[in-house]
Amino acid sequence: MSTRNIFTRPARLAAIAPSLWMLLFFLVPFGFVLKISLSQTAIAQPPYLPVFDLSQGIDAIKAALAALSPDNFKLLISDDLYILSYLRSLVVAAVSTSILLLIGYPIAYGMARLPKRWQAIAMMLVIIPFWTSFLIRIYAWINILQHDGLLNKVLLALHLVSAPVVWLSTDSAMYLGIVYSYLPFMILPLYATLAKMEPALLEAASDLGSSPGSAFWLVTFPLSLPGVAAGVLLCFIPIVGEFVIPDLLAGSNSLMIGQTLWLEFFTNKDWPVASAAAVVLLLLLVGPLILYDRLQRRQLERA
Amino acid sequence: MPLLRIEAVVKKFGVFRAVDRLSLDIRAGEFFALLGPSGCGKTTLLRMLAGFETPDEGRILLAGSDIAQVLPHQRPVNMMFQNYALFPHLTVRDNIAFGLRRAGMQRPEIDARVAEMVALVKLEGFEMRKPDQLSGGQKQRVALARSLARRPQVLLLDEPLAALDKKLRESTQFELMELQRRLGTTFIIVTHDQEEAMTVADRIGVMDGGRLEQVASPRELYEAPGSRWIAEFVGDVNIFEGQLASQEAGRLLVSTRDAGTISVAEPRQPIGKTILCVAIRPEKVKLSRRGPASDGASAHAINRLEGIVTDVSYLGGVTSYKVKLDSGATIRSAMANTARIDIDAYSASQRVVAWFTPDDCVVLEQ
Repeated sequence: MSTRNIFTRPARLAAIAPSLWMLLFFLVPFGFVLKISLSQTAIAQPPYLPVFDLSQGIDAIKAALAALSPDNFKLLISDDLYILSYLRSLVVAAVSTSILLLIGYPIAYGMARLPKRWQAIAMMLVIIPFWTSFLIRIYAWINILQHDGLLNKVLLALHLVSAPVVWLSTDSAMYLGIVYSYLPFMILPLYATLAKMEPALLEAASDLGSSPGSAFWLVTFPLSLPGVAAGVLLCFIPIVGEFVIPDLLAGSNSLMIGQTLWLEFFTNKDWPVASAAAVVLLLLLVGPLILYDRLQRRQLERA
Repeated sequence: MPLLRIEAVVKKFGVFRAVDRLSLDIRAGEFFALLGPSGCGKTTLLRMLAGFETPDEGRILLAGSDIAQVLPHQRPVNMMFQNYALFPHLTVRDNIAFGLRRAGMQRPEIDARVAEMVALVKLEGFEMRKPDQLSGGQKQRVALARSLARRPQVLLLDEPLAALDKKLRESTQFELMELQRRLGTTFIIVTHDQEEAMTVADRIGVMDGGRLEQVASPRELYEAPGSRWIAEFVGDVNIFEGQLASQEAGRLLVSTRDAGTISVAEPRQPIGKTILCVAIRPEKVKLSRRGPASDGASAHAINRLEGIVTDVSYLGGVTSYKVKLDSGATIRSAMANTARIDIDAYSASQRVVAWFTPDDCVVLEQ
């Protein structure tokens, strides 16, 4: 009896806690954003109309509800600026994620092949950059990439170039920054799946006539696909909404949706359009998010 | 010419010699068991045959050609792995077909061979399952089918039955033997389970410290162990240490501290040393209340030891007794329960005579 009482209540609370968290810190704020996205801009405080005022009674709320309209979403669809921003976000995320996979897979593979005690050290090396503020690391890249930065100095000293090269404010700089920042998110899930793979499987493949190369493609790679999927989604989803890196490292001729959203919100003070842009961004990412959640759940069930 | 000849093979890990100048011939069609305690080098030897380890010295000749440096995927040898190492992302069918595809066989041939293998291990109807949808016994069969599919000249089995429960293990042992007889493939099994080795193998190589201690048939290994270590490793045994007292008419008399003078049949190989030990298997030690009936000539040669029963363990088929001899030493006896009701069974603290003939025991050098 007593054990039951001790265990069930906290267990029940623990089961509810994540849902409560999601409700309070995701669903409720999202409700606000959704409401604002259906409102109109106004020169007021807050800068949109209508405003729900519970003190004015039921009729006022009904009137406010009637004033909501999907005009902002129509604007998003009709104006190239937004469509191009979304497209650029998706393209940048896809390209960066591909580069991340190409670089991250060999690193994770190498880590998983290291002797056990070296694996811990390699893991530290991957994680340690995280101990420095993300923003500082991006500013460091600005320093390295700028006109008289470290990179140009080295290239000039080695006589590889005769004049400083423009690195900063290019797409290359942005991709460099994104790949640099997200690499651990690609490496860690890949490493986790590769490290727990039974070495006997590769021996079996070899015993059955596979060369090391074909054993990799027939056994290692297919078995690491859950890790590949986790790494890809873990990078792709946040990169789509990335704002800081493109803002600091890329040029200003084309914007990612995060930057457009920022402009609408802070520069144009157009909260409703910014909110609509955020809602659409979330809708774009619902698919990948659900996919990621499914994968994680399947992994948990296996373990 | 044997199918497989292992010649003075050495494998070192650092300074540790896992396999130490080991030589062994294995005939075609033989079921050979490598038996030994963990760390004796049996698995390392098997892995050298498969190609996962390269010998530091010596040669491994398969049908006359040295394969010591040949890569695993180029050897006509297959291995069944201890935990099966089935590919979890492939179906039973694709697991079995894996090696056939690598060999470049054509689709219809592959299908026919897979069907044949599936029938061989009685897994019809399970072809499309993934390994995690199979029981332990079924996985074991898939692993066996996969390793046999390429028709290897030699099949290596690394503790193939260790993951099965006792009942299933016993029935699988007989299936393995039947399969081996039917296919005529040379099987080399590694096991630490001496009963398993005795059950399945034609010949057993007992390994310790990277060397072969004895290579013999199961019966010879048990009844004529080559050393005290083997006698103790393979089955239960009573050991009495002593000195050679005299030698007469095909008999040795060994005077022991704990069991007086024991009369032993003369061994085939002449004994070189005088410090010896006498080994008697428990089931060769008979108990009686007054000792065996004397019938003239042979009677004086029978070894009789008097003592008190201290322990009785009823094990079903046999009952195991411990008898404390008057010298203070203990001798174990195992007697078959041939009758369902045994009014004559011995009980603890009963005084008995433990006896055995000179032929029942072997004399071993220390």
